[in-house]
Order: sequence, then C-alpha cells, then structure tokens
Amino acid sequence: MLITIVLLQVIALAMQVQRPSKDAEMPASARAMEDAGSAPDGKHVSLLRRWTVTAMTPLETAVHSSSVKVRGAWGNYVNLLHTRQQDAQLKNEVARLREEEASFAEDAQQGRRLQTLLGFKESYVTSTVAAQVIGTSGSERSHVLYLDKGSEDGLKPEMAVITPDGVVGKIRDVFPHTSQLLLISDPSSGAGVILATTRIRGIVKGTATGRVEIDNLTADSRIKAGEPVVTSGGDLVFPRGLPVGTIESIAPDPLHQPYTAIVIKTAANLNRLEEVLVITGTSAALPPAAAQDAATAEATQDANQRAADLIAEKLPSLHPEGDASPPAAGADGKPVSDDPESQVGGAVGYINSGLPRPKPAVHPDKFTPGTVPPATELTPGAPASAPQKPQE
Amino acid sequence: MAERSYTSREELDQYGFHPGVTVMAPLVCILLQAMLPKTFPWLIHIDLPLIATIFFAVSRRSPIAGTVTGTLIGLFQDGLTNHPFGVDGIAKGVVGYVAASIGFAVDVDNIINRVGLVFTLSMAQSGLLYVIAHWLLGDVSYRFLPVVELISAAANCVVAIPMFAVLDRFRIRD
Repeated sequence: MLITIVLLQVIALAMQVQRPSKDAEMPASARAMEDAGSAPDGKHVSLLRRWTVTAMTPLETAVHSSSVKVRGAWGNYVNLLHTRQQDAQLKNEVARLREEEASFAEDAQQGRRLQTLLGFKESYVTSTVAAQVIGTSGSERSHVLYLDKGSEDGLKPEMAVITPDGVVGKIRDVFPHTSQLLLISDPSSGAGVILATTRIRGIVKGTATGRVEIDNLTADSRIKAGEPVVTSGGDLVFPRGLPVGTIESIAPDPLHQPYTAIVIKTAANLNRLEEVLVITGTSAALPPAAAQDAATAEATQDANQRAADLIAEKLPSLHPEGDASPPAAGADGKPVSDDPESQVGGAVGYINSGLPRPKPAVHPDKFTPGTVPPATELTPGAPASAPQKPQE
Repeated sequence: MAERSYTSREELDQYGFHPGVTVMAPLVCILLQAMLPKTFPWLIHIDLPLIATIFFAVSRRSPIAGTVTGTLIGLFQDGLTNHPFGVDGIAKGVVGYVAASIGFAVDVDNIINRVGLVFTLSMAQSGLLYVIAHWLLGDVSYRFLPVVELISAAANCVVAIPMFAVLDRFRIRD
C-alpha cells in the first residue's frame, strides 16, 4: 500500500517537473532568472491547486478580516491620541520634501531630456492595486504569501509586487478572489538588479534559508557593504529603479567558485508584510499626477532661483570678476576646490560657509590659527613646544 | 453484556474518531499553519499537520489509514506552496505508515514515548524532504540544516504534548 502510494506520487512529481519549452522571445536575462517554482502550474496541477486554495482562503479571509476589525478599533483609539502632534510633524515634513523636490526637479528634467536624446525607454508605474496579505504557504521551504485580490481585481501572473519601502516579489498564480505572491526570498525567485553606486548588474535570488543574495558576480573591490541595490528592469517584471535593499555582507561562495555571495538586506520587511501594492500598469510617459508634481517642483525651483539671483545682485560679490565657473563636485556631491586661497568660508572645500579665509602667515607664531594643538592633546605641566607651521 | 477478548495491542488500544473530527482537526492544523506565521514568523518552524498525522496514525494503529491520512494532509499542504504536488505527500505518507507501525510496538499514551516519537519522526520527515528535493527534484539549493531541524523537532515536541492531550478527548474506542 505504502509503496503504491509513494510510487504514484513519484510519477506525479516527474510529470509536474517536466519543463515546457521556453518562449523564444523571452530575453536571456529573464530566462536565467526563471525557475520551476516561480512559473505558474500546468493545467491539471493548476486545477488541483485551485481546489486547495479555494477550500482554504475563505477561512483565511474570514479570520483575517475579523482580526483586522479588532485591531482597527484599538488602533483608531491609539492613533487619535497622537493625531495633533503627528499632523504638525507631517506638515513640517511636507514643507521639507517640497524644498527637496524643487532642488531635484532640474536634475530630473535634465535626465529626461538625456533619455529622450538617447532613445532610452523608461517605464513609469501608472496603476497599482493595494492588496492585503491573508496567509502564508505554511512551509518554511516555500516563501509564498496569499493576497486578498485576484483576477477579478485585474491581477495577472508575473506582475511585480512592492511596498513603499521596496520590492517584495511577483504574482505567481492568480485565482478569482485570491492570488499567490512569490517573495524574492524564495529560492525559485529572481530579479535583475543594479548596484546603485558602482552600476554593476547582477541577479538577485532567494536561498533555502530565506536570505536574498546576488550570486553571479565575481569578487570586486568596488562593491562595499551598505551599497544600495535597485531593480534594473532587465527581467521584464520589475520596473527599473525600485529599491531592493542594501548590501549586508560580501563573502566568497564556497559552492560556486569563483563567485561571491553578496547578501542583501531587503528594503521591505518580508517577514512582516500586511499590505502590498501590485503594479498593474506601466507606461513610457510620466503619469499625470507625477507630471503635475514635476511641474510644481520646477515652478518652485524657478521661484527659488529668481530669489537667489535678486539677493546676489544686491550683495557685493566675493568672486573675482569673470570667474563664473562652478566648483568641481566631490565624491559626496559637495563642492571641492584644490586652491585653498580661492576658498571663501571657514572650511576647506565648502564655499560661502562664513567669512573669507585669511591668507597664511609668512612668519607663524603661537597666535597663528592651526599652530597650537587642541586642548585635549595637551599635557598639564609639559614644556611648551615651538610653533608649528599652520595646517592648510 | 457481551464480553470482548483482546489478543493483541492493536486490538487493545485501537481507537477511532468521529468523521467530523477526522476532517476538521487536520484542516484546522493546516489553517493555523498557514495563518500564524503571518503574525509570528518564527512559528513557521512548527509543523502542526505533521503532529496531526502522527496522532491519527498512532491512535488508529493501522498502517493503511496512517499512510492515507498522511498523504492527504501532505498533498493539501503541497497545494498551498509553490512546490509540485507530492513533496509533502510522500514525506507525510511515509511518516504516517511508520508512526502506525510503531504504534503496535510501544505504548503511545506514555508522554515520554510520545515526545520521542514526535522528535524522531520530525527529523525523519526533514530527511525525507531533503532526499525528495535534492535527489528526486534535483534542487541543489535545498540544504539540510541540522541545527534548524533539531530546533524544529524540539518545538514540535513542545506543541505535540498539549495537542495530543486535546485530541485524546475525541478518541472513540473501536
């Protein structure tokens, strides 16, 4: 009896893992990322899974919605206590973000101009569907979640799923009122990524232990821990530029030499997902709301620029006439100049940060700035040392 | 009143269950297994359907019933994952068969025996899953992590004792 049942299941397993021929039009990068567990099931398997999910999800939905109601009632009370304080904080934050947005507007406009010139096709997220997580697969080897939205809400397999923090995964299977979300931490999952600083491309994959890794890059001294990782768009699932996480550690991969295992700390907390956004539509043009925001930011930027020009006209210039060249930018984006005498301000490398810098003394003495060591380095009772040459 | 003569442990300690309990208990275990890790992620290491499989197998003491119960529970679990159907089905089917066979030989009402049985069969299931994933499906990314498996088996033992005590109340002597 046991042998018969096991044998039947082994045959069923063999039939399920037969891979269908790949679509010839699928790019090689996307093909490399696809695994057996990430692809939707075949017709008969899909039917079995549909029955199982249909039997289970109504119960999950009922339990989830009642727990949401209870938590919501308590949460509403607690939230009301801090509403006024949060309101003031949010107003301040909106004002700060408006200023930031205005300062980024020119860069964004220049970026879009360059993209148009190069014929680069950008995809913007135009529509999303918010969904709630109602359950898990219940297996530590399968990093799958169930959402309360399905095909009747416009969801389809292979749609990208995100949170405001970053990428979460993609839709694997869709049922009328439910869908299966495959997390990026699943071993069968994959996404094309770019390391934000070094612009190195890689493929991020899940592991059996639930970690997220890039395992197709060789050792490179430029790759450092803490570097942000964003989607590359090469997998045709995730739009370009979505945050994936940051590099947590880099170590040689003993199983796949000469590659390194670059462990990623995901931007979204995959263990505590409550609500997610399913990207249902992308477009090559900027969405209307974003375009309006960009226009507002540009207008603010222009207004700020005019105000700065007016002030500059009324104040005496500290630069020599005709020297209008902008300072070179350093690695951290702050302006840097090699010539200390041309600096204006108290700190080297930062212009307009205070009064004009004094010229270095011809004969330094103990009163010359920079010659005396700081008080923390002095020893009480020690003999006075000769004045040093001022530090530049 | 007719007298019954018991000739073996199987006849002495064989129990049955109400059909409602037979269906609902594994279903509730699978439901809790799917829902609890959403709020408490560390609970993913506990396998409630495995505990239900072992309980029903050792209570009925029928290898056929144990195999069928384990297989059905395992297949239901497979339906909620992204794995092919049969991975958990095979593992839990074998566990059900072994648990029912052991039920003949030992007193499974004893707490120490129950703990030993759940611990051993949890480890056996982990080994079976590794063999199925690594050798049958060719999934080289699947790794057997002894420490994690030991912790899972211990956690299953902790949960199994009260769960067995609750399920014992629904037993009906055949």
